[in-house]
Amino acid sequence: MKTTSVMIVGVGGQGSLLASRLLGTVLTDEGYDVKVSEVHGMSQRGGSVVTYVRFGEKVYSPIVTEGECDYIISFEKLEAARYAGCLRKGGKIIVNTQQIDPMPVITGAAEYPENILETLKADGFDIDDFDALTPALEAGSAKAVNIVLMGHFAKFSSIAKDKWLAAMQKVINPKFMEMNTIAFNKGFGE
Amino acid sequence: MKKLLIGNEAVAWGLYNGGLGLVSSYPGTPSTEITEFLAKHDDIHSEWAPNEKVATEVAFGASLAGMRSACAMKHVGLNVAADPLFTLSYTGVTGGMVVCVADDPAMHSSQNEQDSRHYAIAAKVPMLEPADSAEAYEFAKSAFALSEEYDTPVLLRMCTRIAHSQCVVDIGERENVPMKEYTRQPSKYIMMPGYAKQRHPVVEARTEKLKALAENCMYNKVEMAENREFGIITSGCSYLYVKEVFGDSVSVLKIGMPNPLPEKMIRDFAAQVKKLYVIEELDPILENHIRALGIEVIGKGLFSPIGEFSQKTIRDAFVAEGIAVPDIPEAQGTAPAVPGRPPMMCSGCPHRGMYYTLVKNHITVLGDIGCYTLGAVAPLNALDSTLCMGASVSGIHGFNAARGEETEKKTVAVIGDSTFMHSGMTGLVNIAYNATNSTVIILDNSITGMTGHQQNPTTGYNIKGDPAAKVDLEALCKALGINRVRVVDPYDLKACEEAVLEELAVAEPSVIISRRPCVLLKYVKPKAPLTVDRDKCRGCKKCMKMGCPSISFKDGKAQIDKTLCVGCGVCSQLCAFGAIGGNAE
Repeated sequence: MKTTSVMIVGVGGQGSLLASRLLGTVLTDEGYDVKVSEVHGMSQRGGSVVTYVRFGEKVYSPIVTEGECDYIISFEKLEAARYAGCLRKGGKIIVNTQQIDPMPVITGAAEYPENILETLKADGFDIDDFDALTPALEAGSAKAVNIVLMGHFAKFSSIAKDKWLAAMQKVINPKFMEMNTIAFNKGFGE
Repeated sequence: MKKLLIGNEAVAWGLYNGGLGLVSSYPGTPSTEITEFLAKHDDIHSEWAPNEKVATEVAFGASLAGMRSACAMKHVGLNVAADPLFTLSYTGVTGGMVVCVADDPAMHSSQNEQDSRHYAIAAKVPMLEPADSAEAYEFAKSAFALSEEYDTPVLLRMCTRIAHSQCVVDIGERENVPMKEYTRQPSKYIMMPGYAKQRHPVVEARTEKLKALAENCMYNKVEMAENREFGIITSGCSYLYVKEVFGDSVSVLKIGMPNPLPEKMIRDFAAQVKKLYVIEELDPILENHIRALGIEVIGKGLFSPIGEFSQKTIRDAFVAEGIAVPDIPEAQGTAPAVPGRPPMMCSGCPHRGMYYTLVKNHITVLGDIGCYTLGAVAPLNALDSTLCMGASVSGIHGFNAARGEETEKKTVAVIGDSTFMHSGMTGLVNIAYNATNSTVIILDNSITGMTGHQQNPTTGYNIKGDPAAKVDLEALCKALGINRVRVVDPYDLKACEEAVLEELAVAEPSVIISRRPCVLLKYVKPKAPLTVDRDKCRGCKKCMKMGCPSISFKDGKAQIDKTLCVGCGVCSQLCAFGAIGGNAE
């Protein structure tokens, strides 16, 4: 079987590390060979962050390069555009419509591109955009955006929902499990 | 037990199951988690040392006492630990000793991309280099026996991609290794010339024995394919990228022990293929060695010594060589040009108020290593230099000695609490002793921040989170010879400015401790976010000069993102029109 590649991209502090750990865990539970590449250190401080998750029968490289990615899960609009070149022909971008201004925009050195998702769609990219922040806030915290997005992504996976919830038990602090279960269900569409 | 582990956790399990009794380290991306995971075990001694030299010497002491020990550090940390390492090579070990070092190709979180393999060669110690978490576990676990059998410290080399990538690891049981007897061995452990002269030949003989081992060990392996048109010698994550591109269709010699190298294995492999490529990140260590054997090889002529590789690097290079590459990916399209998103200091970061004060007063700032290095980026652009741990404090003394009064009154050094403990103290002694009128600001956020919140000797807690002796920074600086030591709250801009201007003006060295805990610490509770009164805001953008990510500009007025703002109140002190309010301290 061909290796499937997923990129989880966003802004440092949005919780992409936990999302990648959840995905890596559920895929391992399913019996796939899995590699996950995380980001630590300086880039985490509000910078653009990307983590890679790859699975299949035998996976060698932990990273994803140009034209290789099957799914990009983006926590923010601009970041979806930044990594769009990694998407393979026929791949899909799932994106939270939240806008977080990067420092060059805040200082006025650059402008946040208008209608960035529409531009990508016009260029032929398959974009599934939705607001993950509102359901996260409804679930109890803006920090739950990651789990809302993973719930949304779960619909495209061949993995049963209860398997996802079982994997969440393994990677999420029990204190926050209830909120994140609500967040996952909202993303999943229930 | 099979588990998905990052490379660093796999190293920790390998060391633990290999019978480790003590670990001492200083945090440094991408090595930090090795020690954090080891600290979860209560049946071993774990600690954060003030720096890598101390950590390595602590591990030496435990080894001398007969215990299996380890230390972990980033590549530049090994520069600090190089002094003990080079002579540890002579003394050898009693209990097995492993020095874990993590390189950072592409400098995700570092100031240079030096290649640690040079140290293994220079110090004449064996080095192991895994390619993924599963190997990291096996190599780390086996390293103790290697260390004891060959009487040498062992270097375990990681890199960012391996340290922070997860794959499934089969974790076995902990080996019960009794401590060895301590016996006094002056000629082995007292490295003064008379004894050291006897030890150097032992080191050279050991290298010969290790060379023989390298020819037949679990670390180096040959995978021959039918295709003999070319072969690849590679190591670490480059091996994974080669396999990603070519699968089992090319012949590969994978080196898991980069020092000493298996010369016969290399010769035999080279003899079986028509053309030889060597693929290694950073410096041409394998390549130069292979060339020295008189074997023709293509290496850095095709693969850059700069940055990280990927499967794309391999594909592009072989396409350029006219070699068929399977399954070249086809992209959906090209990414549009978008503004960059550099890392920055967090909302409410206590460093920001002090940096704003320095920038406002046009102060020259010699910087150091930590979160506060981010003061260098726009809009603050606060720093003039960043070299290595502690160099701000030593550097300002040289800067002021060179330029005298011209700079003494408008230059400061900034250094974090943990970095000051690491190697700022000695520089401060030098300022007092050799007398320049230098001003040092300790940005004390009560934690080691950038590496992800590790305790240090100034926090009052140890690696386990238990209460520990706490260094009194004020008393320490005074004891080191600085008479003027004062503390300010960086959330109080007026106090910051007073302190900075007064200490710069006086004709003696001084230390300002800018003290406020990191906002990301669990015990720091955020206050209610502030809001902008749009009627009062004149759109002057003064609040935006400090580069807070919570503040943006919309329709001619400032606005504050309530999901990011922690209510620190620094921006409200900047507003001349009283437009920013909400919670008031």
